[in-house]
Amino acid sequence: MTAYIARRLIALLPVLLIVATVGFFLIYLTPGDPAAVMLGPDATDEELHNLRELMGLDRPLLVQLYLWYARMLRGDLGYSIFLNRPVLQAIHERLEPTALLTLLSLAVAVAIGVPAGIVAAVRRNTWLDQASMGIALFGVSVPNFWLGLNLILLFSVYLGLFPVAGYVPLDQSAAGALRSLVLPAVTLGVSASALVARMTRSSMLEVLGQDFIRTARAKGNKERRVIYRHALRNAMIPTITVIGLALGGLMAGAVVTETVFALPGVGRLVISSVLRRDYPVVQGVLMFIAAIYVLVNLLIDVIYVYLDPRVKYA
Amino acid sequence: MSQPAAALPATAALARPPESLWSLVFKGLRRSRSTVIGGLIVLSVVFVAVFAAVLSPHDPQAINVIDRLQGPNGTYPFGTDNLGRDTLSRVIYGARISLIVGTMVVVCAVSAGIALGLAAGYADRLDRVIMRVMDGLMAFPSILLAIALMAALGARLSNVIIALAIVYTPRVARVVRSVTLVLRELDYVQAAQALGAPTSRILIRHVLPNALAPVIVQATFIFAESVLAEASLSFLGVGLPPYIPSWGTIITVGRMFMQTAPWITIFPGLAILITVLGLNLLGDGLRDLSDPRLRGRLD
Repeated sequence: MTAYIARRLIALLPVLLIVATVGFFLIYLTPGDPAAVMLGPDATDEELHNLRELMGLDRPLLVQLYLWYARMLRGDLGYSIFLNRPVLQAIHERLEPTALLTLLSLAVAVAIGVPAGIVAAVRRNTWLDQASMGIALFGVSVPNFWLGLNLILLFSVYLGLFPVAGYVPLDQSAAGALRSLVLPAVTLGVSASALVARMTRSSMLEVLGQDFIRTARAKGNKERRVIYRHALRNAMIPTITVIGLALGGLMAGAVVTETVFALPGVGRLVISSVLRRDYPVVQGVLMFIAAIYVLVNLLIDVIYVYLDPRVKYA
Repeated sequence: MSQPAAALPATAALARPPESLWSLVFKGLRRSRSTVIGGLIVLSVVFVAVFAAVLSPHDPQAINVIDRLQGPNGTYPFGTDNLGRDTLSRVIYGARISLIVGTMVVVCAVSAGIALGLAAGYADRLDRVIMRVMDGLMAFPSILLAIALMAALGARLSNVIIALAIVYTPRVARVVRSVTLVLRELDYVQAAQALGAPTSRILIRHVLPNALAPVIVQATFIFAESVLAEASLSFLGVGLPPYIPSWGTIITVGRMFMQTAPWITIFPGLAILITVLGLNLLGDGLRDLSDPRLRGRLD
């Protein structure tokens, strides 16, 4: 197992190298001089010169690339002149709402998706199946931000159950933080729950058709026990992969959802940085989230092998 | 995709692929109601987009301050926005933008993906390089990569297309590569090689047609996701500039008047939902059709 994990970590290196390279060249997609674009038309020559020096834009391209790799290895994501602090610090300051939102929406996705998928598979081709899959289709087709706006209108404006926007930090009030995250988590979780429901359904159907399920029934087990102890355990393995993939999507989806609900998270940081052309922050957050995404996928693969002894990791 | 007929004698298989895509599509449409509904929805949206000028009751850009923020009524079925512009006409013209973005992204991502996928699947020397770059691009969550690309490129229609095409190309490349890897080992392709057919001919005449079905399925889903992604980017202010009436930009304006004039937001959102739903239904149907395990059930 240790050897497997080590091998997977080594296999990650080329992917991370490409990820870092894409992040580096992002700034060169800008038409014209990035420093001039960042500072706007009123910048003096001296300011431009200083910024180019700070960002290393005055050096040869290969040297810049080398220094960029070295910085990424050290975990140094650069410096934002607009925020007047290191990018990593800016991310850290805004991580709490984003992390909580991602985890809560994952919980929503699993809480809706897994039961819906089980019901759809067990009651295959009945109205329950069709209703679950119809709702799942709605979940993948609805624009998230629009769903969020409608939920705000219904639950916050008309019914007054939740705050319209904003965030209460966890250390001020845990209940307040939860209250301000319920609607965003539902908004974000709905589309992921659709993916989880579809995967749970199809893997349940696959497992339910296998010989050991027939054996379990033939032994005289109650149907409940057959479904939960024999089928579900095996069906959850592919579902876990989907949940892992969904986690990355949710982190990125948080960017959009935070804007709708005015949550002061990493997503809002990215959008405001894009609008004021703060490239180091955009690059830094991109690297940060991609790194987490890649590591989560590795973790999922390891869990997969751990859960399913049939998967050979040699 | 391993089609059973691919193992036929080389001469027969060389003539044409076993079952044409169109006959498959036709068969599927007769049997799957949801695919037909999806197709009809997509066709209606195309119709609305093409005949936008005839269908829209008002000029989508005409400012009419006296009629501002009116609720849905006889003159303005979907109400008006803060400048008195007709929401219905703007939603109708918005269909054009969504379909232009979706079509262009699909055309770019599919052509780039086919070229890269064929190269990776057929030329071993290129495989590693191409697929590593594709893996690297797929290591970013798609909406985040799109936002970052838009940050560098700037908010313009052509840039939205470029950014989304970069985001979705790896998916097509992966599908094409995996099909190519299977097909190149099959007898009829080996026979063509033995006959001395040039690589370009083998790829275009013998490999590509059999890779088309899964690519079309992917293309449908990419179209759906592009419509959603463009709306999200525009809503965030990093996609289309606000003066272009796209479903996303209309909602950005509507959001400011959500409490007093929810119709500005609700109707373009419904338009996105219905369009993407239609595309997803169509994509699901086509995928079931092209899956040989499910095809038996349909026949």
